[in-house]
Amino acid sequence: MELLLTLVLGLLYAAGVYLILRRSMVKLLLGIMLLGNGTNLLIFLLGKLVKGQPPVMDESVSVFKDIYADPIPQALILTAIVISFGITSFAIVLLKRVYALVDSDDLDDLNTPEEEEEDL
Amino acid sequence: MKSPILQTATRYLLPILLLFSVFLLLRGHYYPGGGFVGGLVASIAFVLHSFANGTADTLKILRYQPISFIPIGLSLLVLSTVAPLLGGLPPMTALWFEQPVPVIGMIGSALFFDIGVYLVVIGVILTILFTIALD
Amino acid sequence: MIDNNILAPVFIHLFTAIIQLICWRKTVTQRVLSIGGSVLGLLVAIRLFNRVDQSGILTMNAANWDAPFGIVFVADTLSTTLVLLTSIVAVAVSMFSTVGISKKRMLYGYFPIFHFLILGLIGAFLTGDIFNLYVFFEVIIISSFVLMTLGGRKAQLEGGVKYMAMNILASTFFLTGIGIVYGLTGTLNMADLAIKIQAVDNQTLVGLTSCFFIIGFGIKSAVFPLYYWLPSSYHTPPSAVAATFGGLLTKVGIYAMLRIFSLIFIPDDFMQSLLMVMAVFTIITGSLGALIKNNIRRLFSYLIVCHIGFLVGGIAMFSTVALTGVIFYLIHDIMVKTNMFLIAGLIRQLKGTLEMNRLGGLYKEYPKISLLIAVVLFSLVGIPPLSGFWPKIFLFQEAFSQEQYIFALTLIIGSFVTLYVIAKMWARVFWRDQEEERTVNSSFDSLQPYRKVLLVLPILMLATVTLFIGLNAEYVLKIASKIAAQLIDTEPYIKAVLGNR
Repeated sequence: MELLLTLVLGLLYAAGVYLILRRSMVKLLLGIMLLGNGTNLLIFLLGKLVKGQPPVMDESVSVFKDIYADPIPQALILTAIVISFGITSFAIVLLKRVYALVDSDDLDDLNTPEEEEEDL
Repeated sequence: MKSPILQTATRYLLPILLLFSVFLLLRGHYYPGGGFVGGLVASIAFVLHSFANGTADTLKILRYQPISFIPIGLSLLVLSTVAPLLGGLPPMTALWFEQPVPVIGMIGSALFFDIGVYLVVIGVILTILFTIALD
Repeated sequence: MIDNNILAPVFIHLFTAIIQLICWRKTVTQRVLSIGGSVLGLLVAIRLFNRVDQSGILTMNAANWDAPFGIVFVADTLSTTLVLLTSIVAVAVSMFSTVGISKKRMLYGYFPIFHFLILGLIGAFLTGDIFNLYVFFEVIIISSFVLMTLGGRKAQLEGGVKYMAMNILASTFFLTGIGIVYGLTGTLNMADLAIKIQAVDNQTLVGLTSCFFIIGFGIKSAVFPLYYWLPSSYHTPPSAVAATFGGLLTKVGIYAMLRIFSLIFIPDDFMQSLLMVMAVFTIITGSLGALIKNNIRRLFSYLIVCHIGFLVGGIAMFSTVALTGVIFYLIHDIMVKTNMFLIAGLIRQLKGTLEMNRLGGLYKEYPKISLLIAVVLFSLVGIPPLSGFWPKIFLFQEAFSQEQYIFALTLIIGSFVTLYVIAKMWARVFWRDQEEERTVNSSFDSLQPYRKVLLVLPILMLATVTLFIGLNAEYVLKIASKIAAQLIDTEPYIKAVLGNR
């Protein structure tokens, strides 16, 4: 299971880096999302996989007697997911606006010369 | 796209989904669930409604602009965070009422925190999605 | 010592932001609230600074979970000094914003987002948990994305895309590093990590992990191979926003480097030379960029990069003297860089442009304001006895005693280039006569008197602080050497967080 997850992890990172290096804005967005998922998977994997042992105690006992899953990586991943959700939605809105203004999906077109602005 | 099937289904689905989101919110302290998931389900319910009937209709049944949910939720969240300071405890300490309340169970400051998160999530998601939709 | 009130500056800015959100679209109320909240935040920050100065490191265990299991907030001298500086910047920028930001931007929630940004900065300085540091970094970057793109001009949005892409990448690197560190040690508390990271068998892996942090913080603080996003985005937002960014955002990266490298990954020889190479190239490329720029704000952007190199070089030498220099320079740099961008905004207000070719005659028309600006510019260059001069002595001294002659040379080059570009700017913008055919569309003269005061007062305030740093260098030096001693000997920090276990 670890080996499989490691391979998936490598694939996600590789695909993310590849997509970020492309010139298209949509691919940049997809790359960022893939990298974020890869990182979440990495945290999950490094928190040690424990199968079928939730970090929740039975109501009948008061202390853990057996090995149990580490709850912290799950909390970290949940936080990271929430944050990446916020960032991704902002990125989508921003890229949509830029596309409407520049009328191009190419990141190299984002170099309009300085214009005078209306306020400070 | 106005599909009568989706519209009719949404009419029944919206209350059920909202009820389910409240259920998720309330069980969140000890079991899977919580404010974030509950808020997501609730906002998906409204998004479904806007798919079926159009964004303008959804804004009408919401009564208030979705952005006004954010300050309400945030202030609830922050008040429950700083409340323990009054008792000389560090912020975010969970305070519990002595007696359980029927149906809901034990009530603590964590519940108010979760309700705050619930409202903020609804506000943020609907604001973002409706901004994209109305463009 | 445990003190539950150390998060008070964070909560004050949070409350200000919430009340402003409730007063959505009421711009006058928001402006008053913003100044009031910032001033209150400053008072609380001063109190916190004094308390820590007198009674030592204060900690707070959030939710009453003992360290290292819960999230711990730590106020040591480094944190409180930076919180104090951030609060001063917040007061200045919120005052300047009341006039310097267009009404359209205020209607879209400029002020609440600004306070969220300040909140994130203060939180990042106070936290003692590495994942919580990541969360506050995200609060900072999300607010800064919004501030960067608010208003929606084309150049701004384009700058926003570059800024966003690089900063998200930096966060991903940082998070990956945190994941690996957690896998290695099973803890996220920085004080606990400081102990447990030494017990890890595979020290090579620890060294590799620290590279993730170098890249993550390097992008944020704009060091050599990773700084290209900064000059292509910092000139686009309004000056008030650029002032907060230029003064504080890159410095958070430096703060994080100081914290992580002093507590967790103590720099070894390889790390020191890596940081040193980065610093040398940062100074050289930054000053080369500053030499060719004609727009004042682009010039300042490159100067930020150049001076970040001084700080990173000081961290690379990692000794008490070098760190004293770094801390002193950090204190000076936050004040001056913020003020520089505010000045750029004022010049734009006075003359309607920031292109140096089209400016001129400022000294003749506004002698008092020009003299005020001159004080700030001289401090930046480091004319003795002003504030930029003192920290460089320490950096030079340590560079010579550690025989880092190349760094000493680039320090000299960097300082001279700064002097040259600032002198060039002074000659062109202030002393040269305004060319006749240019029409000046100054919006300053038509402003009401109280608005003029609101534009000049923040600059005056920051200039006073800069003068205080320069003329009262002994006091600042005492603080800086205390911080440096705490960074080298982390025993008190660890003890304050973990108790005597």
